[in-house]
Amino acid sequence: MRDVMSEAQEQTKKRAKRREYVDPDLRKYGTTAPEQSYEDDPHRLSDDMKRRMLGAGVMLDETGARSGTFIQVDQTPVHVSSVQDGVELLAVRDALAKYDWLSDYWWRAVDSGADEYTASVDKANANGYFMRALPGQKTMLPLQACLYLGTEGLAQNVHNIIIAEEDSELHIITGCTTGPETESGLHLGVSEFYVRKGAKLTFTMVHNWQAGIAVRPRTGVIVEEGATFLNNYVIMQPVQDIQTNPKVWCVGRGATASFNSVIAGHPGGRIDVGSRVFLEAPESRTEIVSRAIVNGGEIIARGYIEGNAADVKGHLECRGLILNEGGIIHAVPELRGAVAGIDLYHEAAVGKIAEEEVQYLMARGLTRDEATSTIVRGFLHVDIEGLPDALNAELQKAIDSSENDLM
Amino acid sequence: MDEVMLSVRDLHVEVGDVEILHGVDLDIRYGETAALFGPNGSGKSTLLMTLMGFPKYVITRGSIEFKGQDVTTLSVDQRARMGMGMSFQRPPIVRGVKTRDMVLACLRREASESEIRDMAATAGLSDFLDRDVNYGFSGGELKRSELLQLMAQNPDFVLLDEPESGVDLVNIAVIGELINKLLQKEVRIRERHHAGLIITHTGQVLDYVSARTGYVLIDGVITCTGDPQEILTTIKQNGYEECCRCVM
Ligand SMILES: Nc1ncnc2c1ncn2[C@@H]1O[C@H](COP(=O)(O)OP(=O)(O)OP(=O)(O)O)[C@@H](O)[C@H]1O
Ligand SMILES: [Mg+2]
Repeated sequence: MRDVMSEAQEQTKKRAKRREYVDPDLRKYGTTAPEQSYEDDPHRLSDDMKRRMLGAGVMLDETGARSGTFIQVDQTPVHVSSVQDGVELLAVRDALAKYDWLSDYWWRAVDSGADEYTASVDKANANGYFMRALPGQKTMLPLQACLYLGTEGLAQNVHNIIIAEEDSELHIITGCTTGPETESGLHLGVSEFYVRKGAKLTFTMVHNWQAGIAVRPRTGVIVEEGATFLNNYVIMQPVQDIQTNPKVWCVGRGATASFNSVIAGHPGGRIDVGSRVFLEAPESRTEIVSRAIVNGGEIIARGYIEGNAADVKGHLECRGLILNEGGIIHAVPELRGAVAGIDLYHEAAVGKIAEEEVQYLMARGLTRDEATSTIVRGFLHVDIEGLPDALNAELQKAIDSSENDLM
Repeated sequence: MDEVMLSVRDLHVEVGDVEILHGVDLDIRYGETAALFGPNGSGKSTLLMTLMGFPKYVITRGSIEFKGQDVTTLSVDQRARMGMGMSFQRPPIVRGVKTRDMVLACLRREASESEIRDMAATAGLSDFLDRDVNYGFSGGELKRSELLQLMAQNPDFVLLDEPESGVDLVNIAVIGELINKLLQKEVRIRERHHAGLIITHTGQVLDYVSARTGYVLIDGVITCTGDPQEILTTIKQNGYEECCRCVM
């Protein structure tokens, strides 16, 4: 009996030790990267580069599927093009020079002093992309952006501004990736979103890092009256360490914010991802749905909804699937209501694949492996309402192509 | 065909360390449909789940022979691929897996969208292909979904656990038709190959699907064998006690 006890204590200690965790040390990363030359035709980028980018949903050989393309390598935008009237796509530094009013949006949705990583982006005078849908302009074809970390050991700084003006519609796909040989690096990305009255903005982000990369996205979103913000996030490939917890304020009546995340954890990796939504205006709504799957490493899936106005609705759902021993999923759903007449609820479930379901499929003639992968594929199936069909299909493709690495 | 397809001998089965079946003997011939009656909790589902091979049902004694092969230790999927199929009394929900994908998986071959649609239409489930398997299905829809999957799987021996319970009067006819297809009832008896074992409480399904043999299972033992309609009438008139006393 004593042995059992001490063994259990030993195990607990071991687990606790794993959870002791140190944030990446900024001083360990370089800040300067080689200058990059501008490329008029992104098709001419190296095949290696294009392959890595494609793995993050950025298509350079079939640009017909995009209304514009932005590529930043390390600290430098290397390609910016847009083929669509009604949307603007610029390097954010060029946009700041062009529009005086843009300074009102600079560090408004994200606090530059929030932490050392955010401050470092501020200090670095980072570049990034500026995307804007003009009032009333609805563009179904997505804009794409790629943030590419190429230089070994670099801290890449990025600062993006995205504005969907009144009654506009804008779809964006952003891929973040590294060079094929880049083993370590730190990606620091600030993104500020402004979804104006009646506008709809969808933002789909695919991460395609490597096992030695640390990532600190810092995101703020302001959603106005009757506007919709839809955020999709997919990470299927290994990464060393991600920590991000976007803040969203629904400030106008009927504003809506939705988050869908599909997160795969691999041995040695740590992914701490959440979203915080503040429902500040009457009838504003949010839905945060995440699916986490681990075959090793740790995923912390957070969600926080705060209801501060009448008749707001919020739903938080986290489902976690642990494929084998050694993987940890930690779901942290939080709700805070500060007025009467609000409706917030959450569901969280973490477990292994239900044996009953596996057996059920086996009774139809599937082998155990086939049954298991069918269930996993189902778990990772996305069908996001409000996302154009083509983007839904692309998202599913990004997930499917990495599925086998998990099993 | 008079050859035996399924042969069960002295089957003892435990669930969670409790013995539920205490020595069941059963023979089902090629082309034969048998009905299984018995009070709640008597072990009917246990028998079907055991025949199908679910590991929760532990065989402590006896044997199951299927198509001349001892399958007592074979896994569920091995038995399924040998031609066994089952419709569940309470099938699980499989989130994320679309009914269409399930039908395709059961088919185990390529199939056109129109073929899948036709099958779904036969089961009255045209609008269900894009829904997660069994998720939010009504009682009757679950039963039809089970039969849809079985049609795709096309087993030659079907185990049906209360296929008509919770099904409305109109849909019972649909269910009956699907089962008749599964059991090749349109084929002349001499050439019929498919066989089945159907659990039913009310016998309603037997108005559509003819069964040759009836069995009564009470407290984990088969107490009576005979003409299914006669057994039903006896149960309706005298309850199960009469079956207990029945000397086979
Ligand atoms: N996991 C389990 N642990 C203990 N007992 C179980 C377990 N599963 C089933 N049983 C018991 O085994 C007995 C037989 O159950 P079974 O489901 O086979 O009955 P049934 O004849 O199909 O009943 P019904 O007509 O209600 O469907 C019941 O008493 C049931 O409670
Ligand atoms: Mg039963």
